[in-house]
Amino acid sequence: MTGHAHSVERVLSPPIDLNGTGRYVHWGVVQLSVANLVVIGVMLVVFVAALLLPFPRGRGRR
Amino acid sequence: MSEVGGGWTGAVRRRAVRALPPDKLLPDTQPAYMASWIYVFGVLTVAALIVVLLTGGVLALKGPAWWHVSGTGTYVNGLHLWSVELFMFFMVIHLWGKFFMAAWRGRRALTWVTGAVCFFASIGTAFTGYLVQQNFDSQWIAGQAKDGLNSVGIGAFFNVLDFGQMLMWHIVLLPFALGLLTVWHILLVRLRGIVPPIDAAPDPAEGPTQEAAQ
Amino acid sequence: MTRRAGKRAVPDPAAFPTRPYDLVKEFTIALVVVALLTAGLAAVFSSPDVKPVTLASWSRADGADFTATAVSELGGTSGTAQYGPPYNHTPGAAQKLGPVGLQSAAGVRVPVDTANDFVLRPLRNAPEPPAVSAGLAAWTAAPAARRQAWTSAYSDALAKAGGGAPAKGDYGPVPVLIARLLGLARSGALDGELQAEGKFYQTDYTRPLLFLSDGSYLESRARAEHLGGDQWGMMNETGNYPGQAWLWLYTFWYQIEPFKSSGNADALIWGLMALLSLGLMLVPFIPGVRSVPRWTRVHRLIWRTYYREQAVERNSQE
Repeated sequence: MTGHAHSVERVLSPPIDLNGTGRYVHWGVVQLSVANLVVIGVMLVVFVAALLLPFPRGRGRR
Repeated sequence: MSEVGGGWTGAVRRRAVRALPPDKLLPDTQPAYMASWIYVFGVLTVAALIVVLLTGGVLALKGPAWWHVSGTGTYVNGLHLWSVELFMFFMVIHLWGKFFMAAWRGRRALTWVTGAVCFFASIGTAFTGYLVQQNFDSQWIAGQAKDGLNSVGIGAFFNVLDFGQMLMWHIVLLPFALGLLTVWHILLVRLRGIVPPIDAAPDPAEGPTQEAAQ
Repeated sequence: MTRRAGKRAVPDPAAFPTRPYDLVKEFTIALVVVALLTAGLAAVFSSPDVKPVTLASWSRADGADFTATAVSELGGTSGTAQYGPPYNHTPGAAQKLGPVGLQSAAGVRVPVDTANDFVLRPLRNAPEPPAVSAGLAAWTAAPAARRQAWTSAYSDALAKAGGGAPAKGDYGPVPVLIARLLGLARSGALDGELQAEGKFYQTDYTRPLLFLSDGSYLESRARAEHLGGDQWGMMNETGNYPGQAWLWLYTFWYQIEPFKSSGNADALIWGLMALLSLGLMLVPFIPGVRSVPRWTRVHRLIWRTYYREQAVERNSQE
């Protein structure tokens, strides 16, 4: 049982460890974690992409 | 279906079917102007909400302390966290999109209002989730949040330092409220149909007015 | 809603040409995509879980801070002791939103008496060495002014000693009581006592959390993780994880004047955020704001196919 539990834990252990000292950017009064900055940045990119990318056309009108 | 009779039940059924007949509730066509990726963020938000509820359900099966002591539990907690991140991510893009479409036009104001309330309910639900993690994060967030809530009298009734109370809000009251609001929001979308483009006219002969170019 | 003259009513979507669109298929694909994304992100990044601080770990890691905090709880000078509603009646402590005092109006509904709840009762509930029994008796017999003089003198002496042994003075039984409390905390007994309060089942952490929050240890740990209120902490998370980024506006107000230095910052910001939230809800009804989409012309991009086809049809008719 113990061995099995350990192997499960090894399989499930994350390849990228986000623990440890957080990285932050300072810009005047603004302090933002790099993680939040990435999330907000990706959000803006996805929003703009959703506006610009062509949407597949339907199979003809009715 | 009879046009009369059936008592209250029949009356409710007739009203429901009149408001949302099956092909309006679940149509297999959409207006041709619906041709942008921005439209998929509503359904992505609903999909993420379902993943949030399911992964939260798995955490509930094993109890609030499980994920601290089990590798599988930690993974399920990871699923819950990241599905919430995706949920908020998609919801905010959905909100931006609907704002720039002025999607409240044409008797759709209530759809916008319910959507905004869904957003606030989601923030509250996520917040109570952070409070019941049972780790340093929860301790600190509770200690900080109490000041804001106490300053306007809410803290006297909604005690963020009470784990039991916050767990109930997180896994019963707020998800229930958010679920109801979401269903209401989606039914309103189906009831009114998706909003036509700004200054659109159904008759091509009229075309968009000069106003559109202002 | 009243419309400006010249603006036509929004037509019914049913009046427009349609295209086949499979909502159930769209939903299924969305669900699969979100499930896969979630599974991938959880596998790659997992989730943060920094161990909680206990009264035991705090008192072991920073005995001086624990001791100073315990004296302030006994003397009634700690943050919690002077908090006001909902924990206790402290004149003038409650925040106000202009003339409105919602904090006072809600009343004391989670009563906390720091001297009794955090110090004296735990000492009495634990086995009492003779010196502690004598100390408790001396404390109980002393008038309030005397107690105050003891705790404030001991607080000052501790502060002066800077973590070392305080100078000799008239502190009454305070050093004995506090030293015993420190011993109980270090053994882990105080965590249980503050939590259980004579009951068996318990889910309310109000007292131990308030005690922890009164010290500077918890805060220094939080500040190191960028979680402080003046560090935009509300939207941050331990380590390098994304936090509640959606709280950006709420945490932003705490960084600027007049809120930054206001004693009523919490109430003012809550009031402001309530107003702004109402504003977001009522965007469709707010003149100016509701016209922003028309002015920004992002909609021309979203419905570009429709507008292009309309232009073509219009040109072909001319």
